[in-house]
Amino acid sequence: MAKKLALIASKGSLDWAYPPFILASTAAALDYEVEIFFTFYGLTLLKKDISDLKVSPLGNPAMPMPVPMPNFVQMLPGMESMATMMMKQKIADKGVASIEDLRTACLESGVKLIACQMTVDLFDFKPSDFIDGIEFGGAATFFEFAGESDVNLFI
Amino acid sequence: MEFDKELDARNLNCPLPILRCKKGLSEIQATQTLKVLATDPGSVKDFQAFCKQTGHELLQLDEADGLFTFYIKKRVA
Repeated sequence: MAKKLALIASKGSLDWAYPPFILASTAAALDYEVEIFFTFYGLTLLKKDISDLKVSPLGNPAMPMPVPMPNFVQMLPGMESMATMMMKQKIADKGVASIEDLRTACLESGVKLIACQMTVDLFDFKPSDFIDGIEFGGAATFFEFAGESDVNLFI
Repeated sequence: MEFDKELDARNLNCPLPILRCKKGLSEIQATQTLKVLATDPGSVKDFQAFCKQTGHELLQLDEADGLFTFYIKKRVA
């Protein structure tokens, strides 16, 4: 019987979009059955257009910067856009997959993507904001799968 | 070494070589061999782990000047 992986994706920044999609697509390649439950800011990762995900150096002291930068500089207008641009450039230079590609890989390999219905209501999202092929559910839906999974991770 | 299909995963980073390999294996028949080229140093351990967990057989692994070449025999069913 196939092993099962259950993930909760709770973050919607460019950097934190990677772990759930990398783990899910890889587990699917290893013949795992995989389900990801997207809640709160993680729900952003199911939107049709995810080309505008951002990464912020602010409150992120471990983020490598070309020159050391105090917090008050990092909060200046434009810093977040610059950090995001630099990160995207690095991602491309190093042959790291884009989030779009990894999400497509997940969908193609049968990873089940569940959008948290409560978060959809909370943030006034519309079902039409999201990609096709996802399901909507709540905590009980997550546990139906997670309860019989071999690996459960909160990201 | 003989192979039935070649896959170029050079300059791709984790997890792309594994994802491409999985796709490549789906395009050949059981017991046929897939040759994969990769430059990601992490791919050595990853391909070993991939084969161990999926039952495909890693027939051979060559390394030369940062280029890794894997020969993977597709499992039966």
